[in-house]
Amino acid sequence: MAYDKFTVLKSTAVPMPIENVDTDQIIPARFLKATSRVDFDKNLFRDWRYNNDDSPKADFVLNNPIYSGEILVGGRNFGSGSSREHAAWAIYDYGFRCVVSSFFADIFKGNALNIGILPVQVSEDFLHKIFTAIEADPKAELEVNLPAQTITILATGESESFAINGYKKNNMINGYDDIDYLQSMKAEIADFADKSLY
Amino acid sequence: MSALTSLFDKVWDAHVVRKIEDGPDVFLIDRHFIHEVTSPVAFLGLESRDLGVLFPNRTFATADHNTPTINQHLPVQDPLSANQLKALETNSAKYGISHWGLGHAKNGIVHVVGPENGISLPGMTIVCGDSHTSTHGAFGAIAFGIGTSEVEMVLSSQCIMQPKPKKMRVTINGKLGKAVTPKDVTLFIISKLSAAGATGYFCEYAGDVFENMSMEGRMTVCNMSIEMGARGGMIAPDETTFAYLKGREQTPKGEAWERALAYWKTLKTDEGTVFDIEYSYDAAEIEPQITYGTNPGLGTGISQNIPQAANVLDGAASYAKSLNYMGFAENEQIIGKPIDYVFLGSCTNGRIEDFRAFASIVKGRKKADNVTAWLVPGSHIVESQIKEEGILDILTEAGFALRQPGCSACLAMNDDKIPAGKYAVSTSNRNFEGRQGPGARTLLASPLVAAAAAVTGKVTDPREFL
Ligand code: SF4
Repeated sequence: MAYDKFTVLKSTAVPMPIENVDTDQIIPARFLKATSRVDFDKNLFRDWRYNNDDSPKADFVLNNPIYSGEILVGGRNFGSGSSREHAAWAIYDYGFRCVVSSFFADIFKGNALNIGILPVQVSEDFLHKIFTAIEADPKAELEVNLPAQTITILATGESESFAINGYKKNNMINGYDDIDYLQSMKAEIADFADKSLY
Repeated sequence: MSALTSLFDKVWDAHVVRKIEDGPDVFLIDRHFIHEVTSPVAFLGLESRDLGVLFPNRTFATADHNTPTINQHLPVQDPLSANQLKALETNSAKYGISHWGLGHAKNGIVHVVGPENGISLPGMTIVCGDSHTSTHGAFGAIAFGIGTSEVEMVLSSQCIMQPKPKKMRVTINGKLGKAVTPKDVTLFIISKLSAAGATGYFCEYAGDVFENMSMEGRMTVCNMSIEMGARGGMIAPDETTFAYLKGREQTPKGEAWERALAYWKTLKTDEGTVFDIEYSYDAAEIEPQITYGTNPGLGTGISQNIPQAANVLDGAASYAKSLNYMGFAENEQIIGKPIDYVFLGSCTNGRIEDFRAFASIVKGRKKADNVTAWLVPGSHIVESQIKEEGILDILTEAGFALRQPGCSACLAMNDDKIPAGKYAVSTSNRNFEGRQGPGARTLLASPLVAAAAAVTGKVTDPREFL
């Protein structure tokens, strides 16, 4: 499924200063029963977002109208646990294009990049600054500049650069994915597979 | 002299089709497992791009996550689950993929049936849209979980693209104490490194503890590698590996076996190879383990008290949230905590050795009245072994019933959910909030600890019984 191109994103952000946010919280297993990619955003953070009777939990950040935006800012070790890509779909389909954390779990990071979410890994210190800025002003904007590989807190001008490999960066900027790439080298793959032991 | 290389490098490098500068490696996948939950959208993707399956004989399908564990002969009640199971069957048939669905004699949890039928072999690259694919690393394979986009890549091109992870080695030497099982070894390592401690790494396990471990024990250890954040874990193949594999349904036979064996014997880390990071522990440090928090890194020796926030790697706020969810407090003793449920099963501990261990404690005793126990074999083959070895009689005698194979309460996607607020001693791999059902409280432990809890109705040191 193709995704929208990503270059520079200027947006307010939703703060979630919780560590080890695992993919079972992002989307609980009981909502993984669809056979197509529909409605996962409705169950994003389901058990943190809603009570058992489906009424919203007032103290959860997604239910707080003062916070909004296309950037989700999470605590350390975001996306740990299950490999379910549904977690990334839920985040994307809800309207986030970028997740910021001081540390991402590997599989989540790969899934995010594959579907068009930019994971931006910042220092613990910078993450703290972002949370402080949002706390001071929920409408504080961040600017994520993919070509320049920087993230800036616009209110204070503080900025940090982030890492991404050239191949993935190019994909995100152009809205390409790995499947397109692999299709282009099918003959080479078939040759290689012919010689493989298994 | 060629450079020293690790087991991991040898297997990885042998599969690289193309290296992209400032990008990932494109590498070939030898075996691909699929199940009903993470594959349907990948098949839809194939259709929308008008792509086929490049090598259908390198992919194997089994239904496990959504399947009921009682009355499997009846139609699946939940229409959404039934729909996913049907989609797996239809997609497999359409593309010529072998499918071990519900009711098939070889059906079971993907990470149990792969090894048990000799599909997973040393030196392979193995993936599945499931994070516990790391299990197959026990055979000296590079095995790890992938997302649905990658499932689509493997189906359409037999390759995925990832940067090569860094290398970690965990060495444990010495002799394990009484009632200390492979599950305790892995929970111990994760508690030392934390739930994120190995992120970015692929882990090799070395030392005599792993050399002396059975294949099933090695699978338990590699299975949980993901719980410390590692991409996967692996153990060099040796005589134990070869003996386990010989004669299994899909292993090479005759001359092909000899050829494979000669290759497999080269699969070890050269002495003197430098890892990006190394840890080593003494087997004598490890006692039976149990978790008390909401990530697998929050575990400790069963005789210990729940640590103070200052002594865990998680931040204070997250730690407080975790203990609050569990209804526990710092400094409390874990032994003696009353429990409500016991779950024996999952791809971590749903194999025959796990049932033997469980039976060794419940034999001649009775299930505690306050405990609901779900004993769920990892596959039909395990289920038959339980019956043939007389373990079922021991379990029945002690007041337990056996369910049918599947993931069951490991992830609560099927009907087996632990009710809100209840405590479950579980042999599975994740104690996240709500993992075993909304509000469920999970204490991860070995089959021996689970058995001791099942007969006493509270957290109990299994050493008392052995
Ligand atoms: S048993 Fe649990 S961890 Fe293993 S494959 Fe099933 S759901 Fe995943």
